Amino acid sequence: MIGVISYLVFFATTASILAIAVLGLNLQWGNTGLFNGGVVAFFGAGAYGTLILGGAAQAGHLGGYGLAYPLALLGGMIAAGLMAWIVGLLTLRLRHDYLAIATFGVAVAFENLMRNAEWLAGGAKGVRGFERPLRSALGDGFIYNLLFFLAVLLILIAVYLFLERLVASPFGRLLRAVREDEEAAASLGKSPARLRLTAFVTGSVILGLAGGLYGTFYAFVSPQDILPTLTFQIWAMLIVGGAGNNRGAIFGAFLIWGAWTASGWALSRFAPVEAQLYTGSLQFVLIGCVIVGMLMWRPQGLLPERLVVSQRGKPPSVQ
Amino acid sequence: MIQNVIDGVLTGSYLSLGAIGLTLVMHILRFANFSHAELLSLGAYAALVCDALVTALAPVLAIKLAPLSLTWALGLAIVLSMVLTGLSAVVIDRLVFRRVRERGAELSMVFASFGMALVIRNIIGLIFGLSPKLYSQEIAFATVLSFDPLILVKPDQVFVLLAALVLMFALHLVLSRTTFGYSLRAVAENPALAQINGVNLARTIVAVWLIGGGLAAVAGIFYGMSHQIIPVMGRDLVLPIFAATIVGGIGSVYGAVLGGFIVGLAGNLALLVLPAGYTPSVPFLLILAVLILRPHGLFGEARA
Repeated sequence: MIGVISYLVFFATTASILAIAVLGLNLQWGNTGLFNGGVVAFFGAGAYGTLILGGAAQAGHLGGYGLAYPLALLGGMIAAGLMAWIVGLLTLRLRHDYLAIATFGVAVAFENLMRNAEWLAGGAKGVRGFERPLRSALGDGFIYNLLFFLAVLLILIAVYLFLERLVASPFGRLLRAVREDEEAAASLGKSPARLRLTAFVTGSVILGLAGGLYGTFYAFVSPQDILPTLTFQIWAMLIVGGAGNNRGAIFGAFLIWGAWTASGWALSRFAPVEAQLYTGSLQFVLIGCVIVGMLMWRPQGLLPERLVVSQRGKPPSVQ
Repeated sequence: MIQNVIDGVLTGSYLSLGAIGLTLVMHILRFANFSHAELLSLGAYAALVCDALVTALAPVLAIKLAPLSLTWALGLAIVLSMVLTGLSAVVIDRLVFRRVRERGAELSMVFASFGMALVIRNIIGLIFGLSPKLYSQEIAFATVLSFDPLILVKPDQVFVLLAALVLMFALHLVLSRTTFGYSLRAVAENPALAQINGVNLARTIVAVWLIGGGLAAVAGIFYGMSHQIIPVMGRDLVLPIFAATIVGGIGSVYGAVLGGFIVGLAGNLALLVLPAGYTPSVPFLLILAVLILRPHGLFGEARA
C-alpha cells in the first residue's frame, strides 16, 4: 500500500513540475501565439542553473557556489529568461518561422554544449553533488517526498493564479490582441514586438522554474534530461489540454504524463522481449499521432480557451 | 584545410538539395516544415528498398559503374525513390497539412509538422530497425589527389556533387523559363492574385511537394552514400537544412543553394577550430550570425 502511495506521490510530483512548464508554454503559445520549438533549452537552463548555483563544489566544472536554495532556483530562472531574451530580441521582429527555427536551434545547441563542455557542466556525466533543500532536517524518505510534492503543488497553484491574473489583466488582453491582429494592435499605439518579447521571456522564466524544480527533484541533471523528446511531450500536453486555457494546460500535463507512463509500463510488461528495443519508437509514433490527430479533429483541445469579455453590459433589469 | 573545404562543398551539395524543397514549401505554404528532413530519410530508405527490388528482378543491373560504387540498379532506384518520395509528400499534405491549413490555423501547421516528423521517423525505425544501413557493403576507396597535404576524394563524392549541380541547373531552367515556373513564383508572391490570373493553386501546391520531395529524396540518398542510412538522420539534418534556408533567405531558391554550401563549409571548417563534438551547434551559430547581420538572409526580402 505504502508502495502504491509513494509511487503516486512520485508520479504527481513529476506531473506537477511538467504542468508548470506547460503553463509557461501556454503563456507563449496559447496566449500570444509564439511557437517555442526549444522548450527543453529553457527548461534545461533552469535545471542546470539551479544545480550549478546551489550545488557543492565539483571537480572539473563550474559549480560549488553553494547559494541558498531559493537564490539558486531564482538564478536558474534568470538563466532561462536571459536565453529567451537574446533569442527573442533577434527573432521576434521577423516572421514567425524564424522564432520556431531559432528556438529549435537553441535546444539543439544547448544540448550539444552541455554534452560536450565538461568544464561547464560535467559534459555527458551531468551535474551531481546537489543537496536537496532541508534534506538534513527531513531525511530521504517518504515524508520528504510528500513535502516536496506539496511544495511543488503550491508553486503550481501560485503560477496558475499568477497567470490567470495576468491573462485577465489589460496586459493579457493586449497579448490576445497581438495574437489575433498584430496590425490592429499596432495601429492603437501598442508595440507588438515588445509585448511578444515580454511574454516570451516571462513564459521562459516559468519554464526555467519548472526545470529548476525538476533538477531539484532528482538532485541531478544530465544531457539525457534535455532531449528534444521533452519538447514534444510538453507540447502534446498543451495541445491536448487546450491551448489558451490554463486549466486545460494543467489537465493536459497530468493526462499525457499518465498516458505516457502507462503506455511505457504496458509495453515493457506485455511486449515480447525482442521488441523491447522498439517500445520507445512506438511511444513516439503514438504521441505524434495524438498531436496530429488533435490538430485535425479538435484543435482547440479538450478544455478550449474561454472567451473573455472584458466589459459586460449590465444585465437587463427585471421589472 | 583544403580537405575541409572539399568535404564542406560535398556536404553542401546534399544540404542545398534538401534546402531547396524546404524553402519552396516555406515560401508558398508559409510554415516552417519540421518534417521536411524526414523526407530525406524517407527517400534514402525508399532507394534502399528499390535497389534491392531492382537487383532481384534484373540481376544484370547490379553492375557497378566503375569507378563509382554506384550500380545501374541504384541509379534506377534513385529515380524511383524521387517519384515515391514526391508522391509521399503529396499524400502527407493531403492527409494532414491540407486539413490543418483548411481550418485556417496557419501557426498550427508548424506544430503538425513537428508531430509528423516524430511519426515518420519512428515508423521508419520500426520498419527498418534502428541500426545503420549502407547501399554498398564494399569499401569505396578514396582517390588520393595529393599527398602533401594529404587530400582524399572518393569517386562517389564527385558524382554526388556533379549530380546535385545538374539537378539544380535543371530546376533553375524550369523556374526561370517555363510558364509553370512563373506561376510558382506568382503563387509565392500573392496567392489570391495568382488565382485571379488563372493559376491553379491546388495544382501548384502539389507540384511544390513533388519537387520538394523529389529533391529531398536525392539529398537523403546522397547523404546515405556519403555516410550511412539511419532512422534518426532526419533529426540530425533538420537544423542544417533550416540554417541553409535562413542564410539564403526564406523563399529564395538560389539563396537555399548558396546557404546549403555555406552551412556545409562552415560545419567542416569549424573542425579546424572546434572539437568535433560541437559540429551540431555550428548551424545554430550561423543562424544567429545571419539574424544579427542580415535578418532576411542573403537573398531574402522582408515579408510579414
